[in-house]
Amino acid sequence: MAQPKDFGFGSEEQMLRDQARKFLKDNAPIEKLRALVAKDHKLAYESPVQPLAWDERVWKQMVELGWTALAVPESAGGAGMKMIAVAALAEEIGRAALPSPLIATLIATCVLRAAGTAAATACLERIAGGDAASFAGPGSEGSWLPDATSITAAASGDGAVLSGTAPFVQEARKAAFFLVAARGAKGVGLYAVAADAPGVKIHPDRVVDLTRDQAHVELDDVRVDGAGVVAVAGAGEKAVAAALPAILTIVAADLCGAAEWQLQTTAEYARVRTQFDRLIGFFQAVKHPIVNVMIDVDRARSLAYAAACAIDTEPADALRLARMAKAAASDAAAFASSRSIQLHGGIGFTWECDVHIYVKRQKHNQFYFGDGPYQRAKIAPLIDHSA
Amino acid sequence: MTEHDEFREYCRRWLAENRPAPPSFRLPLSPIEVMTEEQRRYLCAWEKKCYDAGLIGCDYPKEYGGGGHSGFQQIASQEMGRAQVPYMINVIGLSMAAPTILNHGTEEQKRRFIAPLLSADEIWCQGFSEPNAGSDLANAQASAVRDGDNWVINGHKVWTSLAHFASWMIMVTRTSNDHKYNGLTYFIVPIANTKGVTVRPLIKITGETGFNEVLFEDVVVPDSYRVDDIGKGWTVAMTTLLYERGAAEGAGSGGGISLDERVAQLIDLAKRCRRDGKPAWDDPIIRDRVAGLAIRVEGMRQVHRRSRVEALTDHPMRLPLQAKVTVSELMQDIAAAALEIEGPASSLYVGDPGAPDNGQWPLAYLNSYGFTIAAGSNEIQRNILGERVLGLAKSK
Repeated sequence: MAQPKDFGFGSEEQMLRDQARKFLKDNAPIEKLRALVAKDHKLAYESPVQPLAWDERVWKQMVELGWTALAVPESAGGAGMKMIAVAALAEEIGRAALPSPLIATLIATCVLRAAGTAAATACLERIAGGDAASFAGPGSEGSWLPDATSITAAASGDGAVLSGTAPFVQEARKAAFFLVAARGAKGVGLYAVAADAPGVKIHPDRVVDLTRDQAHVELDDVRVDGAGVVAVAGAGEKAVAAALPAILTIVAADLCGAAEWQLQTTAEYARVRTQFDRLIGFFQAVKHPIVNVMIDVDRARSLAYAAACAIDTEPADALRLARMAKAAASDAAAFASSRSIQLHGGIGFTWECDVHIYVKRQKHNQFYFGDGPYQRAKIAPLIDHSA
Repeated sequence: MTEHDEFREYCRRWLAENRPAPPSFRLPLSPIEVMTEEQRRYLCAWEKKCYDAGLIGCDYPKEYGGGGHSGFQQIASQEMGRAQVPYMINVIGLSMAAPTILNHGTEEQKRRFIAPLLSADEIWCQGFSEPNAGSDLANAQASAVRDGDNWVINGHKVWTSLAHFASWMIMVTRTSNDHKYNGLTYFIVPIANTKGVTVRPLIKITGETGFNEVLFEDVVVPDSYRVDDIGKGWTVAMTTLLYERGAAEGAGSGGGISLDERVAQLIDLAKRCRRDGKPAWDDPIIRDRVAGLAIRVEGMRQVHRRSRVEALTDHPMRLPLQAKVTVSELMQDIAAAALEIEGPASSLYVGDPGAPDNGQWPLAYLNSYGFTIAAGSNEIQRNILGERVLGLAKSK
């Protein structure tokens, strides 16, 4: 009842969204994306180390536009914009399938905001200034719960010594620092670790998705002093739990933006491709699945906006809506991906067709922070009001 | 407190104080299965009471019997849904005939027909489908032939919900064989006690009736009952269908069981039904199924909310045109999930003393096909979405 009917999407948010859409259309069009990430299949998949395919100049412009500062509170030098604005921006990033550390940085920002310590504020100031960050810890043992981490923290003075390997660290080679969740005797804490700190080893994964880099990050007795303790042991879990709705919403919005591209691109193909002397969109075996993709995408987009708005105005209901948004977006992305290849026919199966770039990004985000079945298992108790 | 907040509070208070006593007889799942005179009387009295209290026709002009407000109907309908009071029986009148007459009718028609429609003093039915004009509605053959100031109607309409109680029908007729679409003309046709009109019940797969076939034999209708111009019937019918498919707000609705409540019922059912020796709710597959349905219910609500935020909507009809498909398939899938949860107990129908929830779920499942087929089958809806919203080539 407390939520505004328009999701809080006012003129300021619309201006940001429209600016992002135009900037990405001008500076990160599909031709450029193709040249950047899919120029050479051997380079992409057979190099000993996958090349870092991104445009740092575009990233610097994004920083200048204030996109890293967007979710940073004003007290830490940011714009302090609402989550509905962050979701709208993430959606545009997904629509462009942009290779950049922005999504990872936004996620780290949300966790830092929830931590609320002086060390967190210092990290947020760095982010507002343009440092990319990535959250390391989640995904261990197939868990995305707030206490998931395989890193251990041994108390040392007012700091800690971190050991272990964090899997599935997003944009690891683009990040200036990692926000590491680590388990100590008193529980999970959060620690800021510079990417080039002594004892940090970044092992790049060979990933399917061409629009990102991912690594497992090994921490070999990495010393963090008191200034790097974002959340003390035992306080980290609460901060991540508080940020979880925002994390899910941001990934869902990225999925939705890319799914909208898949919908429009597949519909466009069905509008121009002729077989049996007819445009293939005439055939209901083609038309109806495209419509089904649209229905699924619209459900996911609407839920993502609702989740973002709940984070801004009705936090008690945010987790339920964010899990619903991530579930719906993951499923919509999987379906849109499958139909985008199939309905493009033979050309859709080739490297030269842009469809695979989006399919791979979608499959990645489908599972990042939990897919549809994962979310639904967590939703069941949230909708059982008698429990 | 805004005028709208005050009205919402008034609706809540009024509904709490005036909720009707449950009837001694069973009410069907929806208004289009109302069969008996005692059901009709109970529901008409309730709708009239709601109308008199200002919860129906709130946004319709005062001179036609409405409340003359703006933005009140949505609130009243929401609150009636939330209060889970009985549904409005005159559903065809409220959601189709009233907006069609308001958009296309003459001043005389608006003054004559709308007020008794809102109060349920006169029940309405819809004469669109024919034995050979279902999904291909424009193939309607029931003829209207000019005879001075009158028209003479002959033909056969089918799947006509509520015709057995109806005073009036909104009807698509053929006035010319020269053009398929431009040969149609739209009429208001008297049904009850009308010479040449025969209403015969059709039996649904549920075993219930509630819909009919209506035969017209030299039925005389004055030209003043014609809605809009001769040959404009298709355009007028599209207005009716826009409202029927839930893409636009009619003169009132509300009451009945909300989809949220249906999901809550599913969870409750899953806790009571045993599956493999344990409560079905403990089965992760069942939980996944129910959570998936809950997501679709929430999704539908949020799609509706977004459809009113222009900046977040890419094409004006993209979201409204999805409403009929999503709600009808959701209702069907909820009922199908209930049968899975019940397992072999879903074999027990209404009237069996051992049937879970009095056998409402197998009934709801069978009944759900009415909604995926009516108002243009969902296959036709997907054609419309693909063609009008995505610009795909027409499948005809």
